[in-house]
Amino acid sequence: MCGIVGLYLKNPALESQLGELFEPMLLEMTQRGPDSTGFAVYRDPAPAGALKLVLQNPDLSFDWAHVAAALTEQFKVDVDFRRDHTHCLVRLPVAEADLRAWLAAEPRPFTVVSIGQHIEIYKEVGLPIDVANAFNLKGLRGSHAIGHTRMATESAVTTAGSHPFSTGSDLCLVHNGSLSNHNRLRRKLEKAGAVFRTENDSEVAAQYLDVQMQQGATLSQALTRALGDLDGFYTFTIGTSDGFAVLRDPIACKPAVLAETDDWVAMSSEYRALARLPGVKHAKLWEPEPATVYVWGGERAGAGH
Amino acid sequence: MSKEQVFDLTTHTVRDLNQALHGLNGATSGPDFKVLNAQGDHALAVGIDAPVKVEIDGHVGYYCAGMNKHANVTIHGNAGTGLAENIMSGVVRLKGNASQAAAATGRGGLVIIEGDASARCGISMKGVDIVVQGSVGHMSAFMAQRGRLVVCGNAGAALGDSLYEAEIYVRGTVADLGADCEAKEMTPEHLAALDELLKRAEMPYPASEFRRYGSARKLYHFNIDNADAY
Repeated sequence: MCGIVGLYLKNPALESQLGELFEPMLLEMTQRGPDSTGFAVYRDPAPAGALKLVLQNPDLSFDWAHVAAALTEQFKVDVDFRRDHTHCLVRLPVAEADLRAWLAAEPRPFTVVSIGQHIEIYKEVGLPIDVANAFNLKGLRGSHAIGHTRMATESAVTTAGSHPFSTGSDLCLVHNGSLSNHNRLRRKLEKAGAVFRTENDSEVAAQYLDVQMQQGATLSQALTRALGDLDGFYTFTIGTSDGFAVLRDPIACKPAVLAETDDWVAMSSEYRALARLPGVKHAKLWEPEPATVYVWGGERAGAGH
Repeated sequence: MSKEQVFDLTTHTVRDLNQALHGLNGATSGPDFKVLNAQGDHALAVGIDAPVKVEIDGHVGYYCAGMNKHANVTIHGNAGTGLAENIMSGVVRLKGNASQAAAATGRGGLVIIEGDASARCGISMKGVDIVVQGSVGHMSAFMAQRGRLVVCGNAGAALGDSLYEAEIYVRGTVADLGADCEAKEMTPEHLAALDELLKRAEMPYPASEFRRYGSARKLYHFNIDNADAY
């Protein structure tokens, strides 16, 4: 089943309320996915030449200071870190390629959840209410957020297997459905240099978009290509540093509702998740058409990077 | 008529409402029901079996008015998947848009959608009359067996795919017809019956503006030319 929600603010005045508006949307989707919960929030961008990383280790007393010290030693820069439950938000001025090389150089005692200038992803096994509380979702400010409540079908119920998936920089994807050609696509993408962290079919979709955008596609172009290359059932919601998108497969079995006002765009698996948004009574409200790309912002080529 | 019963879903649960409705099952009359502040809740007014009137304010979730018998249900909002699924009799009127599979498997009664209906409207319908003032999505009336689907707007791709004996009427354009669905002659009998249905649904269009579609009956009758295949 799974539940998807997304909220993209058009009016910057609402940014201080992002978490407050978004949390009830995510919680309303509890019945659609009680296994695991995750959300990406785009906020507080790192300055040019710097990055934000979100790392995860299930041990609540994990020594993140040790990781920060290793990064300082490696790159000779100041590293700022803040523990957040099982996750740690790290900020440092470093080139992305150098950071990725360091991460890949040897096995690390943590999982990389997200890398980018804008994106932060928090995800865990557990009920939406518990995950939202653990990471103080309600208090988050930002420009857009995408969330997922998971009822697993294709792979194990683990933190790594929960959504959103982010494989490149600042791009994330949540998925309701199942892809039928993910194994073949995975092999193709691996040949193109993609490195997979899970067996999950949705990670393949995230990598696919990432590879397209690395090759210069805009978000909208990458999604149009996805319609030709991805086979199976899907409703996707995708975030990039400056964009928000929704795509459904041509059969469109998996539900989706979109609502738009002058202030925001919201997406959800079901209307009830949108019912409390301010102004929803007068919002433009519709079901996204099958095999149709919906994008707000995100027109920079390779904007995920 | 006894006093109207009001269920405000900010203070009542869906179960409160449905149990009050089911308490009347088999009755020959009952009070009017008013449901306030529906916020996309699922399974509202499901399984009614009494000639009561139910008005719902707000958008409804999945399977609203499912399995309806005798009741007259009006929804002032949009509806999620499976509106009036397996309706047996009575009338369900939706003032907004319907999501997928509206009136799926319906056996009787009348479902009126004043907005658009999305994919698979009337899938496997078995006798219900469905009147959509707007347009319907792809694969509407898929495997429909009996009843009528009337579309005052346009129909999406693969209309009437694998159709049995249901009748389809479309006033606007048809993206394309599904397997074994074909245009049919509009006889005076069909015109008169459609006119009556449109009037009952309170649609402001004359029957003469519609075209009729039905089954070519090639898929579900065995064709002796294919005997060698077995």
